[in-house]
Amino acid sequence: MNQRKSFADQSYSFVFGGLTLLGLLILIGPVFIVLITSFTTSASLRFPPPELSLRWYQALFDSARSAHIHRAAGNSLWVASMATLGASILSVFAALAIGRSRKPAARALEAAFLSPLILPSLAYGLATLMFFALLGLRPSLTHLIGGHLVVIAPFIFRTTLATITQLDPALIESSASLGAGRFMTFRRITLPLIAPGIFAGAFLAFVASMDNVPVSLFLSNARTDMLPIRMWGMMESTLDVRVAAVSGVLILVILVLMFVMDRLTGLTRRMSG
Amino acid sequence: MRTAAVDWRLAAPLGIVYLALFAAPLLLLLGISLHSDQDLQQWGVDNWVKFWSDAFYRGVVWDTLRLGLAAVLATSLFAWPLAVFFCASSARTQKILLFIILLPLLTSVVIRTFAWIVILAREGLINQAVLALGLSATPLRLLQTETGLILALMQIEMPLMLLPLISVMRGLDPNLLDASRALGAGHWRSFFRVILPLSLPGWIAGATLVFASACTAFISQSVIGGARLVYLPSLIWQQAMVVYDWPFAAVCSVTLLFTVLAGVMMLNWLGRYARTD
Repeated sequence: MNQRKSFADQSYSFVFGGLTLLGLLILIGPVFIVLITSFTTSASLRFPPPELSLRWYQALFDSARSAHIHRAAGNSLWVASMATLGASILSVFAALAIGRSRKPAARALEAAFLSPLILPSLAYGLATLMFFALLGLRPSLTHLIGGHLVVIAPFIFRTTLATITQLDPALIESSASLGAGRFMTFRRITLPLIAPGIFAGAFLAFVASMDNVPVSLFLSNARTDMLPIRMWGMMESTLDVRVAAVSGVLILVILVLMFVMDRLTGLTRRMSG
Repeated sequence: MRTAAVDWRLAAPLGIVYLALFAAPLLLLLGISLHSDQDLQQWGVDNWVKFWSDAFYRGVVWDTLRLGLAAVLATSLFAWPLAVFFCASSARTQKILLFIILLPLLTSVVIRTFAWIVILAREGLINQAVLALGLSATPLRLLQTETGLILALMQIEMPLMLLPLISVMRGLDPNLLDASRALGAGHWRSFFRVILPLSLPGWIAGATLVFASACTAFISQSVIGGARLVYLPSLIWQQAMVVYDWPFAAVCSVTLLFTVLAGVMMLNWLGRYARTD
């Protein structure tokens, strides 16, 4: 009996330990594979690369040869910045509106404001294309900002709402009883306390907009090209190794941003509940 | 104070933007799907009939559902052991693990898909290992197969499963596991009888996200699946942007919407069933 049990426990450790190791490798491995591939000398995606060089980074930063990529990156940054800014302002107001209410109306509004998260955004992307086209509007970056705003607002709304519900109401009451007006209380008490939640959400929203495919796929064209769509095009036609170099740059940026945001807002803690 | 009224003036700006840019386009999509001609003059259900009477299109819906379920199963296999390991780790290790989980999540889906081309290609990592170990004389075909696509989706969606699962499992009382062990249950038994049922709400939340995300993963489906494997997203794109048949593209989109919704509801129903068990 004892013998059998220890065998069962051993098999458990073996299976769970093996799956955990393999799982970690699968999670993080591809990121490093892309990073290493981006330093290849070869024009193929052979891994490991025969020799290392900065060849593809030079090609990427060459403003004549990679003008399309640069424009797409510029468009993506502009759209992500504007959409995040707009979504932040609107979502913070919305979160404040229902943050301290438990009424059914508040629950319903919360579900409505979070709904873009569950809905397949590809269907929404096509819907926006038809919507703007039937309104007679020509494709522009403004439409992309609008479409992205709807898709990324829930990220900011969710993190901000979470911080507001944790806020001690006594702080706001005492501020009011000390004679501060609503605006004064908001600016001096509420806003500083919920700022980390707003920043964490804004960071996730910005990243989500930079990576967005479903909406950009339908709303962007040659003039309003977006970076993920451009990269997809490069992957579909010829396997352009510059995709690896773009990926390398983006991975490094994300790594830096993750460390900064973790320091500022406790991002990792927030995301694991 | 907790039950303060909703401040409608503050909720209005986002609400109006959602009505104009979210609800209106989706209603329009539904309306366009109910048109018979491409000039959108005639109302009718012709395109719905065309979609559902054709075995090919029904097959596409079925394949999309299957792909989503396969991704859920594949991610679950690794997510539970990883989550158990996470909860048993020290605070320091947990921080490192969270970075390992979040880095791929924050890395663009396009980049993660690109990585899998490097891994699955003819000269890729897996084929080099297979050839070196003599497991096969010729390189395996992994790109443009469903197996390759499920493998890639598993990695791409795994963080979505892990985060809710970890968040629920961290809230479990560690005494429960100790009690189960003290009463003589082995590790397997403790896992299946204690950890698994109690972490089910986290799994449901994760499975919902993985399912919805895998069903609509256009880039991964088109790049790794290739032109031979057709799922609803590529069908939508092709109908809208290549064929320019808007009513039919709208039918495909609304179908995708309800397919994902049906999957999500099924998962939630499963969760409720499991809890009352």
